[in-house]
Amino acid sequence: MKYNWNWGIFWELSPDATGTYLATLFQGLRWTIATGLSAWLMALVLGSLIGTLRTVRNPTVVRLGDAYVELFRNMPILVQMFLWFFVVPELLPTGLGTWVKQLPNSSFWTAVFALGFFTSARVAEQVKAGIRAQPRGQTMAATALGMTTAQTYRHVLLPMAFRLILPPLTSEFMNVMKNSAVALTIGLMELTARARAMQEFSFQVFEAFTAATLLYLALNLAIVLFMRRLERFVAVPGFTAARDAVAAAH
Amino acid sequence: MLAHFDFDVIARTWQVLLFQGLVFTLQVTALSMLGGIVFGTLLAMMRLSSNMALSRLAAGYVNAMRSLPLVLVIFWFYFLMPYIGAWVTGASQPIRVGAFASALITFILFEACFYCEIMRAGIQSIPRGQANAGYALGFTYWQVMAQIVLPQAFRNMLPVLLTQTIVLFQDVSLVYIISLPDFVTLASKIAQRDGRLVEMYVFVALVYFVVCLTLSQVVKRLQTRLAVATH
Amino acid sequence: MPMIEIHKISKWYGSFQALKECSTKVNKGEVVVVCGPSGSGKSTLIKTVNALEPIQQGEILVDGYSVHDSRTNLPKLRSRIGMVFQNFELFPHLSITRNLAIAQMKVLGRNKDEAVERGLKLLDRVGLSAHKDKYPGQLSGGQQQRVAIARALAMDPIAMLFDEPTSALDPEMINEVLDVMVELAQEGMTMMVVTHEMGFARRVADRVIFMDAGEIVEDDSKEQFFSQPKSERAREFLSKILLH
Repeated sequence: MKYNWNWGIFWELSPDATGTYLATLFQGLRWTIATGLSAWLMALVLGSLIGTLRTVRNPTVVRLGDAYVELFRNMPILVQMFLWFFVVPELLPTGLGTWVKQLPNSSFWTAVFALGFFTSARVAEQVKAGIRAQPRGQTMAATALGMTTAQTYRHVLLPMAFRLILPPLTSEFMNVMKNSAVALTIGLMELTARARAMQEFSFQVFEAFTAATLLYLALNLAIVLFMRRLERFVAVPGFTAARDAVAAAH
Repeated sequence: MLAHFDFDVIARTWQVLLFQGLVFTLQVTALSMLGGIVFGTLLAMMRLSSNMALSRLAAGYVNAMRSLPLVLVIFWFYFLMPYIGAWVTGASQPIRVGAFASALITFILFEACFYCEIMRAGIQSIPRGQANAGYALGFTYWQVMAQIVLPQAFRNMLPVLLTQTIVLFQDVSLVYIISLPDFVTLASKIAQRDGRLVEMYVFVALVYFVVCLTLSQVVKRLQTRLAVATH
Repeated sequence: MPMIEIHKISKWYGSFQALKECSTKVNKGEVVVVCGPSGSGKSTLIKTVNALEPIQQGEILVDGYSVHDSRTNLPKLRSRIGMVFQNFELFPHLSITRNLAIAQMKVLGRNKDEAVERGLKLLDRVGLSAHKDKYPGQLSGGQQQRVAIARALAMDPIAMLFDEPTSALDPEMINEVLDVMVELAQEGMTMMVVTHEMGFARRVADRVIFMDAGEIVEDDSKEQFFSQPKSERAREFLSKILLH
């Protein structure tokens, strides 16, 4: 059993002539972050909206919200990406479909869309749980004070809900970054794809994957540290009990 | 646009897709679930052990695995496995490891980390007094685990374990990147061959959706039943 | 001959000292009641006897074997000391019969028929034969605690430890459990009992140990403890608890 290690490989030029292998890996990391962050923003906005709608009184709205979540939760992310990439443009009117297909960075936009919808369903689950975790007395108190439903959500329920679900949101944030690697199947040259390409050109498979692994670990660490700071920043003094209740429910 | 939809290609291929592709996917899912739960439970016991070295080792493994994209992990094992095989058997050349075995080992080692976290929560949900009662009766650590703690933890966590298995079932689609003959890979091969991407991927999406939705409804029902049974 | 010998044991949780050089002994056939305010260390003390709580200093001998010695076969020693817990700790996933039999089978190596027979005999003794096929969750607290006593007795213990056996029970169920315990005491079982039930202590205890802040403050005969406790702390405790 022999494997020829060559850690110097990172400083050799990659055949796509954009720079060293190390540089292309970092280029990949940039795409990973860009894709993950964009999809995360989309998921946060959509997920919060859908999650909130699933807790309102109107049963039709709740059912629509539930259907949305089931739709995006019950198909593998890979299949969803294929749907957005191969199927959706074909179903659009011809002109629009062609325009979409010829969009620059179309695999990037597809990945953001697919990951955004996929992750939004999971965020919606958390947001719903966060709202539900609050005692009914909170809503009653807000109503008794004369707040409208919208005001109750905006000023009472949601601010606490988001604090409660910060830990699961942190792992969803990490998930969206990791899941962006699936986009290599539709041609996005993100971090894993670059490592794979480096392996194909240089045959230094373990160096390439080790580097990618370290970069992912660093990315995760950065997210965890950021979210911890955020948690501390938004922490409500003297409030821990309800958080434990949510943690126990999971 | 539906007028162009070619149902014929599905009629021609659905048997191959389901009985070969989907069955392969289900096999990998079932075996990985079994292996993953066993290994994951061991990891959970290590994490909760009072032996700091064991506990750190398990925590490090679980946290590292959970930080990596499954796609990267699949690649890692795909390329690493021949070398590990050579090391285990003492061969001088990297040996060929079957694609099925390679995928299976990857999923067991990867999913075990997620099952581990579930079982850890399950074990911690059993009051300390239960284990104490076992020790007081003269049970050893392994007897306390096997007879008292794990059966209860497993029962409490069954819905969550099954939900994770639905995720695993979806994750198996990623063997597409190493061209294993799973449901998605077969469908995409036919799609390319016949130039029928829309039909094939819509069909795949529908099948996944129906299977996962059905399973998650079963889990939901189980959850309510368990919740009733404990009260 | 002392069945349980506790010799100068100390225990810390971090920097907090839970037990301070406690010493006492329980002779064969003796019933010793341990009482004291909550947080006094009495529950911790009784759990050290079968090493459910580790200690940092001192020694405990049960039937001559050192409990905290790493060479001692702890599961075997524990199987000879019955224990009854505050929260019963029946195994909720097993039927009453299984609860009674499992340790006999797995620890003592008895075969199934033998274990079930022995278990059911003791279940009959605590008056619950009719419930043998039920699950713990289907029984009342008092019934569960009686099953727990039967489970411990099925192991043919040389001594029994009771850790606040009635404090999680509704008042109307306390007596059914105490009755079983009184009967046991009268039959000559060696017992160490952490409890606030002073009526029980008056009826069957040989000695009473009073603990406060991790120390054994009094270790007297029952008569002396109830008629003229030596310490101010014990007097205060007694006056409070007897008001109820």
